[in-house]
Amino acid sequence: MERRVIFSGWLFPALLLMPQLAVTLVFFFWPAAQAILQSVRREDAFGLSTVFVGWENFAALFADPDYVASFAITGFFSVAVALLALAPGLLLAVMADRVVRGAAFYKTVLLLPYAIAPAIAGVLWMFLFNPSIGVVAAGLRWLGVEWNYLLDGRQAMLLVILAAAWKQISYNFLFFLAGLQSIPPSLLEASAIDGASPRRRFWTIVFPLLAPTSFFLMVVNIVYAFFDTFGVIHNVTQGGPAKATEILVYKVWYDGIVGLDLGGSAAQSVVLMAIVIGLTAIQFRFIERRVHYA
Amino acid sequence: MVTARRSAWVPHAILIVGLLLVLFPIYVAFVASSHPLADILEAPMTLLPGSRLIANFGEALDAGTVKTSGQPVAAMLFNSLVMALAIAAGKIAISLPSAYAVVFFRFPLRRLCFWAIFVTLMLPVEVRIIPTYKIVADLSLIDSYGGLTLPLIASATATLLFRQFFLTIPDELVEAAKIDGAGPWRFLIDTVIPLSRTNIAALFVILFIYGWNQYLWPLLVTNTPSMTTIVIGIRQMIGNGDTRTEWHIVMATTLLAVLPPVAVVLLMQRWFVKGLVEAEK
Repeated sequence: MERRVIFSGWLFPALLLMPQLAVTLVFFFWPAAQAILQSVRREDAFGLSTVFVGWENFAALFADPDYVASFAITGFFSVAVALLALAPGLLLAVMADRVVRGAAFYKTVLLLPYAIAPAIAGVLWMFLFNPSIGVVAAGLRWLGVEWNYLLDGRQAMLLVILAAAWKQISYNFLFFLAGLQSIPPSLLEASAIDGASPRRRFWTIVFPLLAPTSFFLMVVNIVYAFFDTFGVIHNVTQGGPAKATEILVYKVWYDGIVGLDLGGSAAQSVVLMAIVIGLTAIQFRFIERRVHYA
Repeated sequence: MVTARRSAWVPHAILIVGLLLVLFPIYVAFVASSHPLADILEAPMTLLPGSRLIANFGEALDAGTVKTSGQPVAAMLFNSLVMALAIAAGKIAISLPSAYAVVFFRFPLRRLCFWAIFVTLMLPVEVRIIPTYKIVADLSLIDSYGGLTLPLIASATATLLFRQFFLTIPDELVEAAKIDGAGPWRFLIDTVIPLSRTNIAALFVILFIYGWNQYLWPLLVTNTPSMTTIVIGIRQMIGNGDTRTEWHIVMATTLLAVLPPVAVVLLMQRWFVKGLVEAEK
């Protein structure tokens, strides 16, 4: 879309664009280019010289069982976070759409976790599940569960999934509620007159009409789980125990900043970049379609 | 209405259970922040509030914890506030003019400029950590507010949002301004910015929360205790979670850290919802 009536000249718009372009160039394009460059090079042990090594860093990366495992961990983590954040979000939105009294109150309270940083969500959940002092951990022990996420990789994974998903329920709730409220009531009434039960109305009318929202949210949630959950991992498990919760974003930070493996970390950055580009492309293709429907 | 529900209590019951589950972690943090440390370490901890709420908050604000070498949380709050305000204001200040330029002018390389801004959507900090860190170090911006905020300030989302809104401004308005002899600068100041007020407010709420909640970047670029933001400070207070962790202060600090963004969401809920929904279009 373009405007018909515009102003003339190029100097003024150039000045207006300058600040953003400058920041973009210095802090986005330059580092991204450096990451790509670094990913095809290797530095010697003393950092004195670098040699071009082509795909070697990438080959080494994918030959590394830890990296491949990190991929699998990230995939599982992201899908689990997305599903665990979407399902309650949908359930609560459907319920909030049905009530009249108190609707505004429920909505306000359910929005609160959105304001909380993932890192802080991690701290709150870690405190509940801390093996020695956690309230929920005490309850689990009372039920006979051997709870110690510091030693058990699967428990650690469960905990970071819970913490990461908890915060995201608000967001999904809000979008599902907006989606529900845009469904024309006449459609539901017509099917009710035809004798469809509420359950049937939900699955045959509401759910299909929410499909675009659900798909959009699925992508957003996966992007969130991939890139915004560093704070959860760093606070709760530090990738452990025994790398059981080492997601890609944590590994790129750990290998680069703690392990000082610049080439390997840069190659990981490039892989992550490819993933973001893929996910963004999916999101935008889909949004184009949604605009078309509307 | 045929679709009228038979029983209204089922949705209420589910919502209340959902509400309690969502609020439970925050409630436990609140309880912990109102007890002396000994009560928390005595597992299982009580779930009833104690009497040391104000004392613990005061201690956190003034003296922090031993693990963070007594850095007062009040100073961390200040750093977080500066960072969040600078990111939110900075993003708006550079996105609005660039969207205006792209929408209201035709100049060479206009499309290229737009795409250059657009693709930053695909370069989150997480994927360009080390080279960005290196640049900030080269510019000697480590441990400064500039280093904390500048690399996060370019925003494709805000530019796209303003662009979308500017495209809906009627042509007649532009023509009228031109007839009145207003140039592009006058039109921007007198018409476009006032019209964008609600968009700016909505965006500001979202961006403030985004800035306040930053984690990875502040972790990298701040080393001195006096530059620590509150979200990072909590991490340092916990350390490796051993018995020396002062959980009562940690939980008081956690509540202090969530209070400002939660207050913003509560007080500006209308703009917040609008901003969230529109930013994703």
